[in-house]
Amino acid sequence: MSQMFKWNTDEFSWVDFTIDVLRILIVLAIVVGSWNTLSEGRISFAQWVNLFIAGLSQGSIYALIALGYTLVYGILLMINFAHGEVFMAGAFSTVFLAEALNRTGFLNQQPVLAILLMILFAGLVSMTVAILLERIAYRPLRGSPRLVPLITAIGASFFLQYTFRGLYGSGFKAYPQVKILQGSLQVGSINIPTVQIFVFVSALVLMFGLYWLVERSRIGKAMRAVSENKEVARLMGIDIDWVILFTFGVGGFLAGSAGVINGMFRPQGVNFFMGFIPGIKAFTAAVLGGIGNIPGAMLGGLFLGVIEAIGPNLVLAGLGIPGANQLKDVIAFTMLVLVLIFRPQGILGERLSEKKA
Amino acid sequence: MKKTIASLLLLSLLSLLLNPVSAQDACSDQLGCVILAEDEPIAIGAMLVLSGAVTYLGDDSLGGVELAIMDRGGELLGREIELVVEDSLCSAEGGQAAAQRLSADPTIVGAIGTNCSSAAQGAMPIISDAGMVMIAPSNTSPSLTNEDVASGGSHLPGYFRTSHNGLVEGMRNAEFAIQVLGTRTLATVHDGDPYTEGLARVVADTFAELGGEVVFEGAVNKGDTDMASILTEIAVYQPDIAYVPLFEPEVNFFAAQMKHIAGLEDTVIIGGGAAFVAGFPENTGEAAIGIFVSGPLVTGEAYEQLLLRWEEEYGSSPPSGYHAHAYDATNLLLSAVEAVAAPTDDGGLVIGRQAIRDAIAATENYPGLTGNLTCQDVSPFAGDCAPGTALAMFEITEAEVYDDNWPPPVFWSFSENLSE
Repeated sequence: MSQMFKWNTDEFSWVDFTIDVLRILIVLAIVVGSWNTLSEGRISFAQWVNLFIAGLSQGSIYALIALGYTLVYGILLMINFAHGEVFMAGAFSTVFLAEALNRTGFLNQQPVLAILLMILFAGLVSMTVAILLERIAYRPLRGSPRLVPLITAIGASFFLQYTFRGLYGSGFKAYPQVKILQGSLQVGSINIPTVQIFVFVSALVLMFGLYWLVERSRIGKAMRAVSENKEVARLMGIDIDWVILFTFGVGGFLAGSAGVINGMFRPQGVNFFMGFIPGIKAFTAAVLGGIGNIPGAMLGGLFLGVIEAIGPNLVLAGLGIPGANQLKDVIAFTMLVLVLIFRPQGILGERLSEKKA
Repeated sequence: MKKTIASLLLLSLLSLLLNPVSAQDACSDQLGCVILAEDEPIAIGAMLVLSGAVTYLGDDSLGGVELAIMDRGGELLGREIELVVEDSLCSAEGGQAAAQRLSADPTIVGAIGTNCSSAAQGAMPIISDAGMVMIAPSNTSPSLTNEDVASGGSHLPGYFRTSHNGLVEGMRNAEFAIQVLGTRTLATVHDGDPYTEGLARVVADTFAELGGEVVFEGAVNKGDTDMASILTEIAVYQPDIAYVPLFEPEVNFFAAQMKHIAGLEDTVIIGGGAAFVAGFPENTGEAAIGIFVSGPLVTGEAYEQLLLRWEEEYGSSPPSGYHAHAYDATNLLLSAVEAVAAPTDDGGLVIGRQAIRDAIAATENYPGLTGNLTCQDVSPFAGDCAPGTALAMFEITEAEVYDDNWPPPVFWSFSENLSE
């Protein structure tokens, strides 16, 4: 506690004082807003639970994309801003496969197989894009100042957007609805849509798969070694280029899978621009959880999803702010600021050594 | 050195004497002129949304502009028509940048655009200051033709549009909800864009004036995919009507997710012209059935011909509902240039900028695809050239969702049921 409030020490600092006042104000606003909303009782308990579960599902998708950011950052200390477009590449390409599977009736006759096929296809498309991105755009810049690959990533993001616009057009597409995911599960007074359970469970399976890969497999050990110290890893006989390429590939596969899972959850809005906002949100989630940390990205994604779903109605509406739902992003980014004020390294992050750079 | 200066002065004097009536002298227009040499093309600009999530609107208008030029054989007054296209995005900054680029070119006579009202707000001051004209094919925000700054108006000379005014659309939509559907409570949702916000405002005001109760007025962000939060809030009030003039894909998400929210089972959605896109029912799926969408109603043989030409040229159908408005806007501009351009002795062409404005403003019963266009000059309709009757309420049916039918059947035609 004494660490939290620094201004009562001998050396008074206006900066610390302002930050502490800001902390108190934000916490106060959250408490007062929530108290007002809950005491009004306009939204029922079942509705809160529904919002929470919808937030978890949305957060699972953020988490899957965030893992790509965090994997690449962990190994290269680089923010791959084109990762949102890697997600789009898989989601947009697979919508055509989904349409074909729906037309032939296979999607609803063999839904499990069809969804697995779509996830595999989207994963492979995104993986290919991510690998090409690393090989063509980032590898030649390795070793250059950090700003260079960052700007390149932004350029690559635009390049990918307009390449896919050229390929598939500027209109919107939608994933067909899968009948077995249309129902809902009744638990007491709470009605949980099946598709939200599917999203959460699939994301968990993929996240645990990744965790196993990184923590238990041989290549995972190599990834961790490269992340710790590239030069020492090279001396131990690890092919650094291959490990980095593999890391991009894994991040890409997860993003592509997220594209299909997102397509089942929010079927509409598939177009060349669809990766932009989820990309930014996932990056936020990765920072929130502690960039470079895999469980952190998962937790950050889920946390962001839930905060976005519940925050506007719980806090902002309670403070009497009009158009509360339009300020959803304000809530999300305020939480980011709040977490970073209290824990600059993110929820599960560690202070990273500059040696990695 | 002195000799060189003297020779230059002599040369200048001689050139003046040999050219007693230059093109510059032939210009007496108070805003200046576009002066074209003998072999120069007539250039028109287009400020359309060519990137970002609503690119389909720009593609739709660009097709209309190109077809209007092609239908004139690509020529005007024996000169080639050159089209300079700039991306105005769907934002004020985008409109501003596009207008800056076009106004920097002294050969451009005027521009078609913008698509989004927000972009028009950025572009209009620059176009107006440059003495140019802009004719918008799909802006509907009431503020753009309103001259009263105190009430939020932003109209400036040189701005015209062939799309309908949101004021008219909003009022008709509210009348439809009260008088035709017999509903009593309303919720509105916009996304902060002047277009959606303006429409939501007019609908709410008219609905209240007609005796209805506005129970919720809220907003989402462009780019939001999760509507559960706002839908839960709306469900608290269980309104008869949810007026949602959002663009794709937000409107799709809203409609699709509404069916999962308890308390909104009987709420009817009315969408604005932004949802009048073939992709809306197709992408929304079953949840789109029964939704009303107000949109442009363009009919007639000439329009059918345009659709055939579109198919021939682009191999598909237009991606949105404002291509005919873009076609009309282009013709309005080209006809004005045709009417005011004056040839010079040296084979050049002088086109007065104020003269173009005056010619467009004087448009009366111009036969367009969207009806007979008459440009008004009185606020809050200053610069409005749309007939105002080319509007209808359409109901999305199974045919639009499952059988690719477009446009949906007209449920209520505003031209046949006009109120004062």
